[in-house]
Amino acid sequence: MGMNMSEKILARHAGLAEVHAGELITCELDMVLANDITAPPSIAKFNEIGGKVFDNTKIALVPDHFQPSKDIKSAGLAKIVRDFAKEQGIVNYFEQGRVGIEHVILPEFGLVGPGMLTIGADSHTCTYGAVNGFSTGVGSTDLGMAMATGKAWFKVPEAIEVHLTGKKPADITGKDVILTLIGMIGVDGALYKTLEFTGEGVHELTMTDRLTIANMAIEAGGKNGIFPYDDITEAYVKGRVKKPYEPVAADADAKYCQTVEIDLSKLTPVVAFPHLPGNTKPVAAIKEPIKIDQVVIGSCTNGRLEDLEIAANIFQGHEVHPDVRCIVIPGSQAVYKEAMHRGYIDTFIDAHCVVSCPTCGPCLGGYMGIMTAGERCVSTTNRNFRGRMGDVTSEVYLAGPQTAAASAILGRIAEPKEVK
Amino acid sequence: MAELKGKVWRYGDNIDTDVIIPARYLNTFDPKELASHCMVDIDETFAKNVKDGDIMVGGKNFGCGSSREHAPVAIKASGVPVVIAASFARIFYRNGINIGLPLLEIGADVEKIHAGDELSVDVSTGVIHDLTTGDTFQAHPLPGFIQDIAKAGGLVEYVKQQSKK
Repeated sequence: MGMNMSEKILARHAGLAEVHAGELITCELDMVLANDITAPPSIAKFNEIGGKVFDNTKIALVPDHFQPSKDIKSAGLAKIVRDFAKEQGIVNYFEQGRVGIEHVILPEFGLVGPGMLTIGADSHTCTYGAVNGFSTGVGSTDLGMAMATGKAWFKVPEAIEVHLTGKKPADITGKDVILTLIGMIGVDGALYKTLEFTGEGVHELTMTDRLTIANMAIEAGGKNGIFPYDDITEAYVKGRVKKPYEPVAADADAKYCQTVEIDLSKLTPVVAFPHLPGNTKPVAAIKEPIKIDQVVIGSCTNGRLEDLEIAANIFQGHEVHPDVRCIVIPGSQAVYKEAMHRGYIDTFIDAHCVVSCPTCGPCLGGYMGIMTAGERCVSTTNRNFRGRMGDVTSEVYLAGPQTAAASAILGRIAEPKEVK
Repeated sequence: MAELKGKVWRYGDNIDTDVIIPARYLNTFDPKELASHCMVDIDETFAKNVKDGDIMVGGKNFGCGSSREHAPVAIKASGVPVVIAASFARIFYRNGINIGLPLLEIGADVEKIHAGDELSVDVSTGVIHDLTTGDTFQAHPLPGFIQDIAKAGGLVEYVKQQSKK
């Protein structure tokens, strides 16, 4: 029986010729990740076993959520991670100034690649499906045990095929693709399943689009979201991923439990209304203007150079609406530096955006853009749950960087073509 | 495990881990402190009034969103010994089993359980009696391997046992 991409990666890491949906297996891991919120409890669990970590080159510790420390307790969490990294000689520990948002820097530094298996104590670990890897989020106990043993157990997931066709319009981003998909299948549409992207439409998507799409597989309940390996993947990983890697392709007779068709040529810019990422509506369908107080452009979903380029192009010759605060957060130091060289940061500052150092900050209501009662934000982040970005009565509307920039300029949720 | 008896705290569909424990409280991982803020954004009465042995019941996709293990830890440290839902989000499910918080999935039957009902739950058989309505429900059984983790009291104890073998 044929295998899909996820089954092939899991089989390879379980030392088995074949695995299929529903089987419980134990796999060897290529990379194990935690951040400043999830690493401290993982380290506490690890310490119950004790000793040395399984491999000090296969653990990434990324203090990105509340760092640079937002308060005294967060500084304490950062210290726990820093001390553990020193004591264990963790090679991929990233101190402030060398760090970025975990799911931006792991692909950027080539720590994850095609055919590789990664778990992370962060739900958006599924991002690395973009580079043809299998990666999924876990909690701190799983992560702590993985740091000790290098292994984790998996239930081989059923796969949903997302078949992409058509030419992607110029004003559409990966964010519109994934929000449209979650709107179609619902926030539990892929519960316990993998999303596998297929079809000639895949080639319409840049690596940034793919990273955004795979990143939000979890918002449909998905275990991972994986893309095939093609020339776009090769151009991205070549020279970046230093370890040997072996891409996977689905067999012609691979089994899918469901197929969802998306014609990219029919997509329009969309936003997900509060309080679920699946409350997707076309911006053009909004009848009464929805006034906003804040815009956030950044995060592990949309904090890459191409995202900032899209936003900067829209801000050219325009300013943030006087009633709006617009916060721009490059996803990594490299993104920040290149955005500066290309003049995007000048454009943002001239438009009166706040530009922050890389951090998860406002996405999870941590710091750097928390909302008070009744405020509304258009955000390129990944979750719009109740109270996610501040007060329980504040509202988050999820959108791509083009829609976020246009909304910041016009002071209401808007399509980029409305910016004259 | 002995039969558990408790009063129901009833919540709806898609209860995400951000409402179970909002991120503004994640600058600690002390279970008692997390428990003092559990569910605060949708139910300010929970943390104040929950009693040891009370049971949490949710709808579809319970525990969706962030992977924060702080969420099941906060529920467990509130004194809740078991969570029942129509379905659980994947990471929350793993986390619950891993920290020794039993989770029972009962599908659409969950609609028949109401806030304040008294339940009696046998975690090992998955049989749930609603003592208020007289209904009986059977939860989906845990796969054998996962039962082993649950029986060991969580993943850390399981790994310790395995490494001794």
